[in-house]
Amino acid sequence: MKIPEQIRRLGLVVVVLVVSTLVLRFVLLPDSVVSTKLHWAQATAREAAKLPKHAGSTACQECHEDIVSKKAASFHRGLACESCHGPAIKHTQDPLAVKPPAPRDRKFCPVCHAYDPSRPTGFPQINPTTHNPLKPCITCHNPHDPVPPTVPRECSACHGQIERTKSVSSHALIECTTCHVAPDRHKTEPRSALPSKPTTREFCGRCHGVGVAVKEAPKEAPKIDLSTHGGRNLCWECHYPHLPEGHK
Amino acid sequence: MNERNCGQGSAEGGESRSLSAQDGQPLPQAAQSMSAGEAYISKRRDFIKGAIMFIPAAGALAAAAAESPKADAPKTETPTAETPRQEYNPAEHLYGMGIQIDRCIGCNRCAVACKAENDVPDEPVFFRTWVERYTILRSGEVSVENISGLRKDPVHDERDVIRTFFVPKLCNHCANPPCVQVCPVRATFTTQDGAVIVDSSRCVGCRYCIQACPYGARYLHPKTNTADKCTFCYHRVVKGLQPACVEVCPTQARIFGDLKSKASRLVRFERMNMISVLKPALNTEPKVHYAQLDGEVR
Amino acid sequence: MNAMLTDHYAELLGQVMGYAYPNEVEIQWSILIVIYPYLTGLVAGAFILASLMKIFKVKELQPTYRLALLTALAFLIVAPMPLLMHLAQPLRFYEILVTPNPTSAMAMFGFVYAWYLMAVLLIEIWFEWRHDLITLAQTTPSPLKWVYKVLSLFSTDTSPAALAFDAKAIKFITIVGVPSAFLLHGYVGFIFGSVKANPWWASVLMPIAFLMSAIVSGIALVVVVYMVLQGIRKEPIDMPCVDKITSYLFYAVIVDFTLEALDFIHRLYQSEESVNILGHLITQKLFLSLIVMQILLGMVVPLLILVLAKARNFNEELRKLLYFTAAILILIGIFAMRWNVVIGGQLFSKSFRGLLTYKLEMFGIEGFLIALVVLVLPFPILALLIKLLPSRAVVEHAAPVHA
Repeated sequence: MKIPEQIRRLGLVVVVLVVSTLVLRFVLLPDSVVSTKLHWAQATAREAAKLPKHAGSTACQECHEDIVSKKAASFHRGLACESCHGPAIKHTQDPLAVKPPAPRDRKFCPVCHAYDPSRPTGFPQINPTTHNPLKPCITCHNPHDPVPPTVPRECSACHGQIERTKSVSSHALIECTTCHVAPDRHKTEPRSALPSKPTTREFCGRCHGVGVAVKEAPKEAPKIDLSTHGGRNLCWECHYPHLPEGHK
Repeated sequence: MNERNCGQGSAEGGESRSLSAQDGQPLPQAAQSMSAGEAYISKRRDFIKGAIMFIPAAGALAAAAAESPKADAPKTETPTAETPRQEYNPAEHLYGMGIQIDRCIGCNRCAVACKAENDVPDEPVFFRTWVERYTILRSGEVSVENISGLRKDPVHDERDVIRTFFVPKLCNHCANPPCVQVCPVRATFTTQDGAVIVDSSRCVGCRYCIQACPYGARYLHPKTNTADKCTFCYHRVVKGLQPACVEVCPTQARIFGDLKSKASRLVRFERMNMISVLKPALNTEPKVHYAQLDGEVR
Repeated sequence: MNAMLTDHYAELLGQVMGYAYPNEVEIQWSILIVIYPYLTGLVAGAFILASLMKIFKVKELQPTYRLALLTALAFLIVAPMPLLMHLAQPLRFYEILVTPNPTSAMAMFGFVYAWYLMAVLLIEIWFEWRHDLITLAQTTPSPLKWVYKVLSLFSTDTSPAALAFDAKAIKFITIVGVPSAFLLHGYVGFIFGSVKANPWWASVLMPIAFLMSAIVSGIALVVVVYMVLQGIRKEPIDMPCVDKITSYLFYAVIVDFTLEALDFIHRLYQSEESVNILGHLITQKLFLSLIVMQILLGMVVPLLILVLAKARNFNEELRKLLYFTAAILILIGIFAMRWNVVIGGQLFSKSFRGLLTYKLEMFGIEGFLIALVVLVLPFPILALLIKLLPSRAVVEHAAPVHA
């Protein structure tokens, strides 16, 4: 069958275009343009070769052994040097010429330690305005061993918010240790030695139970009948003990 | 008479006559002894032969280039502090991150360190990692704020708040990444060790990946005009260092590790915690795992 | 960072309502990305209208057949421009063609576009005009003569057998072309519809809605271009032709409206997580562009106009006015639809907790003025094409070759 003239011409154009495209792409273009594997390898290598700016937590102890070991036994043992001193790799490369900054004012420590309700309870927080106003924090707290100079009242150094809440509640005069037994280790390794909570209904019943003859039970404490009130639940599973009357 | 005197006037060089001297003389001299027309013809033959040879030669070159060293391991010459150890084999590692919400104090050191480490633009609209504050009120209303940007003091009366916490966010380095799927030029890809990175020398800046990321982890870098995002500080990780954000976190709320390692903080994290990920219904298989993640977090 | 940019970002941040991920504050896909689906939609629609004529032998559409093809070509030529201009690294555009990612709809679209342009539209145009090109090559003086010679690919066969073959070829290409046109614009819909991260875009209906609205806009465009062209040439408008076209327009608008109503009802009924923020998006950010421009002015009013024009037997002048008005409103409405999809999808945060703002600058490569230029550019190109390729069979022919 004779191929019509227009198909021959069109066919020629199409063939030329297709062949030249294929030759261009698969033959002429070098790998540096078309090889995805090569591109990815090069990009990975380029990324890997970038220079770090933070030296890392182990870099400082080569020269600052004393500070590092002091910090390692303190409350700040989990805090990296560069969290406060900033990226310091240049200092490790030329220690005398480049010195990392050391924040010495009152503005820096509150970044972590100012009271913020969203912070987990138990994290030590202060009110930066009222806590020893105007004095730089490092006057009393060595940043590498920040233990406060005076022993804090009970638990309020870390549990300030609970302390404040309790202090305006009906339980204001009850000490933390009345209900919570805190092992000594809780002061240095809080998360691994948690204080206890009361485990029985009768515990709260000592003050709040009807017909319970407890000498120190305050007369003004509200009384309930333990056998009928609250089923089998522990009291603090419903009532917030640090503010039992609740917010207005 | 020289046998190569093939006669003048035969213009079309169709004959495949060998150009080597048949009397043993080296070619140039033989060429010189040709007439002008013959020299012209033999030069044309050289050219045509060369042209015909070009295509297979190019093909051979292409084939040789394809056999270039395995595209997976990063090339290093001499190991220095700046380059990964020669023996680093990406196939032996699979990186992930764990975040413990109960430990985050919202100090923002991570976002600050990241910006310093990775040359992220200063403006509060470009972040490789950031921290959100969630405030859930007794009424059920949820309020979210980016504390890594222009941080505001908490506005809600504490008495109205029933839960409030911080959530660090970053690229999730998904195992089924929608950004890699949609990149038209394969500029973004997953490395063998599990990090999703962008080849900024090839990114065309179409921003499809930014649209496809459900977590808002990507941005267009205003200086390079390419897509940019958290790389798990790949340049630190291949040298045995931790990502900058993990390094500076005061409470170890961020944990980085190797899921293939036998002794890894991340593996213990996976064992000891109930793990959640962001937007699980989208099946992106994020490799950033959260512990104690509230259901209100998006 | 220079002060102007800092102010720009501060302004954007200040306009966030609720919470948005910080990286979302800068809107990534601008008006150029609104224009590109608009242009490809017009292409697909104009082509499908032309194809209707060929495949179903709708004789009334004859006067607009060639015009529709040239309109499709003019818009198809301009369509890649906004894409190229939008790339943050435009000089690297070739990578999409040389190392495309087969899983990326955007990359694959480049090939769909190339296929449609080369294999369908250009070839159909060549066959349609071949006879005329040969005639013009013989009759026009140099240098234009050589342009026609090249365009005709130096073809010379004008025998009845060859002309009959041309007609068969056109029929064949049209049959291949209609699904190709569907693919061309459906693919654009898929580029959005496949983004699971964005609930405004992620919908199975997206490619279909895009395609239907493309058909609507393409038909409306042909109506407008035809009426304007006849006005410029001072020739009468073929009323049976526009009556037929606007019938198709009417049905197409009804289908399009049904699809969009279905999407809306479906979302509302399913009431998934995103329904709240999307409701806020519509009422607070998209009220003008969606409710007023896309739905009311872009669909409801033109539908009413067309119903009126069809139901009452108005005189020719009034019908022309009504058709023209309806077509212009539809064109604006479909542009608003593209805006609502592209920009609308970026005006809410993926946290589902906030709304953002898009600031359209006046100047700059992604500004209003450049956008206007891109929108207008197909028309001078169309004028050039019409000058080059006559929209009516050249007089020397004995009889029209297409039946």
